[in-house]
Amino acid sequence: MIAADNISLRLGPRLVLDDVSIELRRGELVVILGPNGAGKSTLLKVLTGDLAPDKGEVRFDGKPLGEIAIGDLARDRAVLSQSTGLSFPFTVLEVVRLGLAAAQGGIGRAEAARLLPRALNAVGLSGFEGRLHQELSGGEQQRVHLARVLCQAWAGRPDGSAFLLLDEPVSNLDIHHQLQTLEAVSRHVAQGGGALMILHDINLAALYADRLVMMAEGRILREGPPSTILDRAAILDVYGVDMPVEIARESGRPFAQINRPGG
Amino acid sequence: MESDAAPPARLAGDRSARAKLALILLAVLLAATALVSIMTGPVPLSIATVLDAIFAPENADLRDQAIVWSVRLPRTILAILVGGALAFAGAMMQGLFRNPLADPGIIGVSAGATFAAIAAIVLGEALLGAAALIYVLPIGAFVGGLLATITLYLIATRRGRTSVATMLLGGIAIAAMMMAASGVLIFKSNDQQLRELTFWSLGSLGGASWPKIFATTPFILFALLVGGSVASGFNALALGEAEARHLGIPVQVLKRIAIISVALLTGTAVAVSGSIGFIGIVVPHLLRLAIGPDHRYLLPASIFLGAVLLTGADMVSRTIVAPAELPIGIVTAMLGAPFFLWILLRNRNLVDL
Repeated sequence: MIAADNISLRLGPRLVLDDVSIELRRGELVVILGPNGAGKSTLLKVLTGDLAPDKGEVRFDGKPLGEIAIGDLARDRAVLSQSTGLSFPFTVLEVVRLGLAAAQGGIGRAEAARLLPRALNAVGLSGFEGRLHQELSGGEQQRVHLARVLCQAWAGRPDGSAFLLLDEPVSNLDIHHQLQTLEAVSRHVAQGGGALMILHDINLAALYADRLVMMAEGRILREGPPSTILDRAAILDVYGVDMPVEIARESGRPFAQINRPGG
Repeated sequence: MESDAAPPARLAGDRSARAKLALILLAVLLAATALVSIMTGPVPLSIATVLDAIFAPENADLRDQAIVWSVRLPRTILAILVGGALAFAGAMMQGLFRNPLADPGIIGVSAGATFAAIAAIVLGEALLGAAALIYVLPIGAFVGGLLATITLYLIATRRGRTSVATMLLGGIAIAAMMMAASGVLIFKSNDQQLRELTFWSLGSLGGASWPKIFATTPFILFALLVGGSVASGFNALALGEAEARHLGIPVQVLKRIAIISVALLTGTAVAVSGSIGFIGIVVPHLLRLAIGPDHRYLLPASIFLGAVLLTGADMVSRTIVAPAELPIGIVTAMLGAPFFLWILLRNRNLVDL
């Protein structure tokens, strides 16, 4: 379990996180929603240990984050940042293989040969192994890094219990690959892993989240299962946009309609 | 979805088999180049004579032995050491700055080492005596290179991101300062020192000797081993510092090791041979085209190809204006500078000012 208690963080003059507490458990897919500047990415960076909070503490399975060696941490959780550059012409396979670096003591050649195609397949990049990362489109690159992160999680914890912390994993993807990616994350959770994603699409969040966390101005405004907390008032409250919410007939999940403002 | 059948022996997109083959070929090429280098000179020697002189001295005549052992062998070994060190330092610096244009010669590290070496020649001799110079020089050049590297890194890196523009411009500023300071020392030097200093500014392997080799080899080997031990970390670092940390790489340790290794290699190379440019940028670039950027192979391959290129350049410098000798720094600059421009034009996006 990853637990953050009463996190506050000031960046410059701005209080980016204001007394935020959140818990991530294995077997639960958590999605953070909120407008730009709500503090979503900052919260994720505090959870990964990239940023140290001014107040509060993050614990991983009971241990304070600062006391865990980064090598151990890398086996227990894999992180996808919002944008990842790559400074040299690596092939797709070589990038995804970087995910294996986290499994200390190394994993066997046979295990690598099993995990790499599986990770590529999960994001729909089978057949891209020999292509150069820098020659791919933005969306394809994003999927390469997602495959790398999946690979890291699977190699680090072969029992599937690692956490995925993903900052806008589908921001550049078409609908087909958005669903493919979210299915892969969902499967990881179903098999006993943990996952936290930042998403912008309310309806995708409602469709996949076991628990929604809605943030604005550095605070968590609402938190709970989509069917309980995602309603017209919540969206108005968090985004300042009026969106009628109904229950979609096939998925049984809340579905928010988009209308032109003032129209 | 995935089959549990026996995995394929080699995955597509995996260039490590090719890289291993390249390492073997480069080692063979290096041996051949070294042999040709020892054969080449005012008195041409045959392969048999060279091999005899080295491995079966009782079969070789005294003159040939003397040529091989006291002139050409030390010179070739020094070319191999310096070439390997410079290329490795370049590849490492590029990994550290995450940019293929970073090179100790271009961004002022060599200038820092050269300044410290000149200071050692001009001031050290008076303070410590000429005998101590052979050790003071590499140590001084190391400290100079180290200070320049650290300064540059602090200037160019903000919040874990290294700006290429700042790096290149900061390097120019550091190099200019070091050159001005060197100029002051040159102005204050005597005639004997001036002759030695000219050698620094152009670069030469002419001063090769066994004591020099023994004094530099430990530094270079140490830096190669320490630097090589973190090679795979540089692959993760190519994703960015935060990403490398997420993958379990101790980034701060990696950066410190890289900075110290680069400074040791550049400083030692400058100490024995003056400033020889462009090896550090040409070699890793060619290798990345051939075997890809995986640092586990790129770093050792750079040692071999750097050694080959510098040994070859030394042969050119010894023979092209014989019986005189063209400083090797001129040869590498004449070949390397146009190559640098070519890389620049191919990768305009890398220097997005």
